[in-house]
Amino acid sequence: MIATLLVAMLAELFPNGISHYAIGGLFVGLGAAVIYLGTGIAAGASTFLESTLSYGSSLSRFQQYRPSRDWRVVFTLGIVAGAAVYALAFQDGIWTTDVQWWRLLIGGVLVGIGTRVGKGCTSGHGVCGVGSVSGTSFVGVATFLFVAIGVAQLVQALGVSP
Amino acid sequence: MAADHEQHPLFMPLIFVGGLLFGFGLGFSQMAQPEVVLSFLQFEDFGLLFVMFGAAIVTGITFFGIKQIRTTAPLTGDTYVRRLKTLDKNVVIGGGIFGVGWGLSGICPGAAYASLGIGNYAILWGILGMFVGAYIQGFWRSTRAEQRSSTTTAD
Repeated sequence: MIATLLVAMLAELFPNGISHYAIGGLFVGLGAAVIYLGTGIAAGASTFLESTLSYGSSLSRFQQYRPSRDWRVVFTLGIVAGAAVYALAFQDGIWTTDVQWWRLLIGGVLVGIGTRVGKGCTSGHGVCGVGSVSGTSFVGVATFLFVAIGVAQLVQALGVSP
Repeated sequence: MAADHEQHPLFMPLIFVGGLLFGFGLGFSQMAQPEVVLSFLQFEDFGLLFVMFGAAIVTGITFFGIKQIRTTAPLTGDTYVRRLKTLDKNVVIGGGIFGVGWGLSGICPGAAYASLGIGNYAILWGILGMFVGAYIQGFWRSTRAEQRSSTTTAD
């Protein structure tokens, strides 16, 4: 009885199962772990935005990332290539989103501002920071998670879809 | 000029391999699809929790475990330290702004790069937005820093 209830509840919470999520997450962690083991760097994905701007802008804020900008480009190209490997192996052709372009653009601007002001994103705070048992990262993750849930539900309630 | 710690011949290849695994994971977990992130934020599918926690468990064990074995990284000679940043109001303000953007679009930086890899060219709107956002805050902060230093010298 309890087992049936549990199964029903899990099916409700995880309609697409959990295995691909968990396996994908392990790979994400493995990628960060490999870099950390070899170099001691806890890599995040969002510093790339500022460090790459240092190639074209002399602003002091971007120039401070000059020493790491080359490897951050390599890291990002690796992420793109890794996802492409997944797509070639498991996906039928290319996949494109139905989320409207203005949501991606405005959301992107806010993500770009927020991640740099907030000292990290889902990978810096969420994967490396939480993995480091950093109180700051727990605060960062809790903040963006709760706000994002509120906004996503609001957008849905307003009938914006997709 | 490359920084000193990038001198090791295996440094860049290792970063690339790490990126490959990272991106493959984002593809495999479906987090590279904004729709999947939005369905999580809208409480339709909680599976994404396993991506973040699965990844954080691996990094947690690695970050903690390696320090019991050795103190410096082989390719850079850098000491293994945890990723700790100071907690101030910026973490909450920035996290809040990030959250609004993430909730509106379903994209975050790593997942957006991976999304490009699975062929989602529309994500270029999001990546363009992220660069614009990073530039806006960098411009604002650089200007503020200059104003602050010029008032200090005037004193």
